[in-house]
Amino acid sequence: MSTVRIAGVGLTPFGTHGDRAGRELFAAAALAAFEDAEVDRAAVDQLNYGNFMGALTEHQGHQAPLMAEAAGLSCPAMTYEDACASSGAAIREAVRTIRSGEADVILAGGMERMTTLDTGEATAALAIAADELYEVRGGVTFPSAYALMAQAYFEQFGGDREDLAHIAVKNHANAVDNEYAQYQSEITLERALESPPVATPLHLYDACPISDGASAVVLVSGEFAAENEINAPVSITGTGQGGDNLALQDRETMAETPATATAATEAYADAGITADDVDVAEVHDCFTIAEVMAIESLGFFEPGKGITAARDGKTTADGELPINLSGGLKAKGHPVGASGGSQIAEVTHLLRGDHPNSDAVTDATVGLTHSAGGTVGSAVVHILEVDQ
Amino acid sequence: MTQHLTDEQPATYNEWLDAIAANEGFYLESPEGHGSLPPRRVCPHSGSTDLTQKPLPETGIIETYSVVHVAAETFSEDTPYINAVVDFGPVGLTGVVRGVDAGDVSVGDEVRVTIETRETTDDRLVVFRPA
Repeated sequence: MSTVRIAGVGLTPFGTHGDRAGRELFAAAALAAFEDAEVDRAAVDQLNYGNFMGALTEHQGHQAPLMAEAAGLSCPAMTYEDACASSGAAIREAVRTIRSGEADVILAGGMERMTTLDTGEATAALAIAADELYEVRGGVTFPSAYALMAQAYFEQFGGDREDLAHIAVKNHANAVDNEYAQYQSEITLERALESPPVATPLHLYDACPISDGASAVVLVSGEFAAENEINAPVSITGTGQGGDNLALQDRETMAETPATATAATEAYADAGITADDVDVAEVHDCFTIAEVMAIESLGFFEPGKGITAARDGKTTADGELPINLSGGLKAKGHPVGASGGSQIAEVTHLLRGDHPNSDAVTDATVGLTHSAGGTVGSAVVHILEVDQ
Repeated sequence: MTQHLTDEQPATYNEWLDAIAANEGFYLESPEGHGSLPPRRVCPHSGSTDLTQKPLPETGIIETYSVVHVAAETFSEDTPYINAVVDFGPVGLTGVVRGVDAGDVSVGDEVRVTIETRETTDDRLVVFRPA
């Protein structure tokens, strides 16, 4: 089985990109990834592309071949859609394909244009990741779904809005030096707490923003890297995926995310590590409560203990396990189809030592990425390791 | 060779709404006793395809809730509204709580389910009211 190495990564800044077309955004990320990789575009065997709502925001379906063309590729291309985990899933399938020996070089990543919609339209568009009959028609929005989970968590384990606000403050602080982040600005606890309610108990600063952006990752087999003398010190050594009932009402619990636990268990076994071996992680914090549930389901904290991790400084940049040093979805931004690839790019930079926050994890050798679709009806986890 | 009858349409979502509106709400039960809601051909818990209609319990308990201030356009004139997931024993239901002030709703409250319409549109809506 081939090893899978990350030859290069590329991103656009996340934020508002005006009238730039999605194809041009993805091309920008892809060209940056090829420049980082020093791999010839002609060597690419296929494009694995993540996108969620392009048919709604740009009235553009069938995006993968368009993106291949835009990136200067002549190869088969396919779109992976798993809501907010779309490019996480695209990368997972790329890893499995290279391991199988069917491909040596795959460009994987994703793109989302979202600011073409106003807030009401974007709220409606994001809600299509939920169960249309039983949730959306019942008034459930993306924020209210996570609010229902937050309230269930508070009822089962305790915690309050101030605990969640500490996560927002932490992730904004992490984003200050990240040139790709939508919000390179710190916020205070008071500002987070005083922000208007969106869906109680979640307020504006508990939520990630509406974002445009793209991510791209050049993945190569170990053999290809060796033959072509490519400097690719970071490998993807573990991959896992889990699923759950789409509607919250059908789940055993709304206070935990078992799809993440399933994905993590598979990824840890695949890499031959445990949760204790992870030095740094980018987790899916579309809302502050999502980070809590992620770090518990990933095995970093016991159920009910993750709520105070940011408040206690355990997951801050100088903590024992820094979480979301990029700023996370919360402050870096969340162009849905691009986020999974963005996490891989951020952890690659952190492990290579060329990230603005690398100083926080100078001895890190093992990184983890976690992306989740909808209310974690889908979850994808990857383990990244850097050559010693 | 086993022949599967695929032209027998199980209960639809709209028929389920009609039944609740007529005070004849139901859920689907598998032989193992698991509950689910239409449209279903397979029990999501046991995998059984032998599903029978059972009366929905008259009341349920609010399992979690949220007061929604920012909604999709299709609920824009309903805000603020109380979203809730209600435990009816074999099944859970999701909808909007009415007849209670937002500040007075609590997990554990007992409610009954009715079918009403949104404020924003004429679309039917699963509504919970105090039991």
